[in-house]
Amino acid sequence: MKKSTKLLCSFILIIAAVGLLYYLDNNHIKYLYAISILERSAIFAIVAVSMNLLNGFTGLFSLGQAGFMAIGAYTVSVITIPVGIRQSVYYASGINSFIAKIELPLPLALLLGGLFAALVAALIGIPVLRLKSDYLAIATLGFSEIIRALLASPQLAKITNGSYGLNKIPKYSSIFVPFGIATICIATMVLLIRSSFGRAFLAIREDEIAAEAMGINLFKHKELSFIISSFFTGIGGGLLAVYMQSIDSSTFKIGITYDILLIVVLGGMGSVTGSVFAAFLVTASREWLRFFDDPLTIGGFQVPLFRAGFRMVVFSVLLMIVVLFYRQGIMGTREFSWDGIFRFFVNLPKRFMKKKKAGGTANER
Amino acid sequence: MNGNVLRVENVTMQFGGVVAVDDLTLEVNKGEIVALIGPNGAGKTTAFNVITGVYAPTNGAVYFNDELIVSNHPQGKMKQLYQGENKEKFAAVMEKTPDKITKLGIARTFQNIRLFKNLTVFDNVLIAKHMRTKSNFLSATYRFNFREEAQMRKEVMDLLEMQNLAHLKNEIASSLPYGQQRHLEIARALATNPSLLLLDEPAAGMNPQETIELTSFIKKTKEEFNLTVFMIEHHMDLVMKISDRIYVLDFGKQIARGTPEQVQSNERVIQAYLGVEEDA
Repeated sequence: MKKSTKLLCSFILIIAAVGLLYYLDNNHIKYLYAISILERSAIFAIVAVSMNLLNGFTGLFSLGQAGFMAIGAYTVSVITIPVGIRQSVYYASGINSFIAKIELPLPLALLLGGLFAALVAALIGIPVLRLKSDYLAIATLGFSEIIRALLASPQLAKITNGSYGLNKIPKYSSIFVPFGIATICIATMVLLIRSSFGRAFLAIREDEIAAEAMGINLFKHKELSFIISSFFTGIGGGLLAVYMQSIDSSTFKIGITYDILLIVVLGGMGSVTGSVFAAFLVTASREWLRFFDDPLTIGGFQVPLFRAGFRMVVFSVLLMIVVLFYRQGIMGTREFSWDGIFRFFVNLPKRFMKKKKAGGTANER
Repeated sequence: MNGNVLRVENVTMQFGGVVAVDDLTLEVNKGEIVALIGPNGAGKTTAFNVITGVYAPTNGAVYFNDELIVSNHPQGKMKQLYQGENKEKFAAVMEKTPDKITKLGIARTFQNIRLFKNLTVFDNVLIAKHMRTKSNFLSATYRFNFREEAQMRKEVMDLLEMQNLAHLKNEIASSLPYGQQRHLEIARALATNPSLLLLDEPAAGMNPQETIELTSFIKKTKEEFNLTVFMIEHHMDLVMKISDRIYVLDFGKQIARGTPEQVQSNERVIQAYLGVEEDA
């Protein structure tokens, strides 16, 4: 494929995406549900890419995402709830007099949320990043729970409203806010991954001993990757708080980390486009599958399986199928390219032919 | 003090009850090719790992251009608290992790090739340039360092061309044949701009033809980059042909040293390699 054709394709895709968002935004009353799913997907795309930066590109298996999201979410919530209605939010425990008067616009609040998450990550990273693989995962998991417990503690009630959580967070002015921020964040991470520092991260993932022998300071680069990943996770958490409009500490239980891990693994460890694609796919398919939760009657007979909760069973089965057929996730470590798409469609008939010829032995490989 | 590039003084490396390197003392002068030989398990690679800071030795010290880079720690794990004699010197040495030692100008290759397997040949070498960059992560992310980056890429391309690897630059490192992987590892080490190159069995797994090529390649590279080479090698043809001096290790101990001719005729070396005939 020629370069100009590729550029044209990308251009058309971007125009189409922006056009779709514009259309949805203008008719937002009609498409409230679709907008909500898309916004959630965009937010999860940021967090998934930031987790991929750490897990897929630097090779540090961390499960601390929920904690850093919580920090971002609480920071953003505390400083974006309009000053006028704050007393009504903090009715139970009262409000800290210092934060009572601070109100910042959303972008600044998000930046601050990200910075707080990054600061905490810098502190946690010093002891934790000396660990490797599973041990690192368990340690970060522990810290994430500690952060959550601290945020819900009565001692911090004047700031975080303790176990009551925070609500009345003003919602997005338009769908372009989460999508715009997601684009900026993901673009920044892609640029970082392709820079000299990103290559150093890859080197650490590939072989720590060789990386160190090539003059890469392991601790410095691991810490850097951890801080940057947490920064964007914090921003993602802040966006999630605005999306949900009310948060409490149980939102950021370990389950949310697993959701993100699922997206990252499904999309492919080490593929940014894979993570973004999987974020949309997973979030949307959870909603699409909702009809499995409704009772289904075929010819007067009610199918017993179709009831609340069956959706997740189907979802899990689908996941297993995808993981069985795409061992490395949908994208592996590759990135989206027009050439790849082109090749896929050209080879599609061939694939079918091959499978037919091979017959029963198609499973071997 | 006496102008040698590398000086190893009384290095002992003990793992539990096993003494891998026992009181090793050697020096490598500027512009020399020095070989370290010995039977399997003699402690050659361990010696390399001590020199490059991977292991902290049980005893002894290593000097690079008369600067202390590795030394035994005065108080084991409590080294940070050491307040005795020469504490500044020890504090400086403790900072010298392998990456800092590479930065000073010691580059190495590995016995069992350690390339970045899933990355391209070009990226493998480009990564080695990272430590010399001056930009921070923000300027690198937003490409304010584009001049430096372009310079880096040009240097890497030149290096690959010199090593006859340029046509393979977009290949994945693990897909290369064995001999070329070894070449790539040397190219990657050279990209760190070293003054001392440590080669750990560069000819391992190469056929005789490749070994002959390697011999001239090492000589050529040494001249071009103004290097000092210190190598571990089993191929005696290669060792005898290119070394200026040889050290022989057996069971961690240095049993002989000298020019290739001296070593070849040394009784103890022959014994170490061929075994001793026991009289009845």
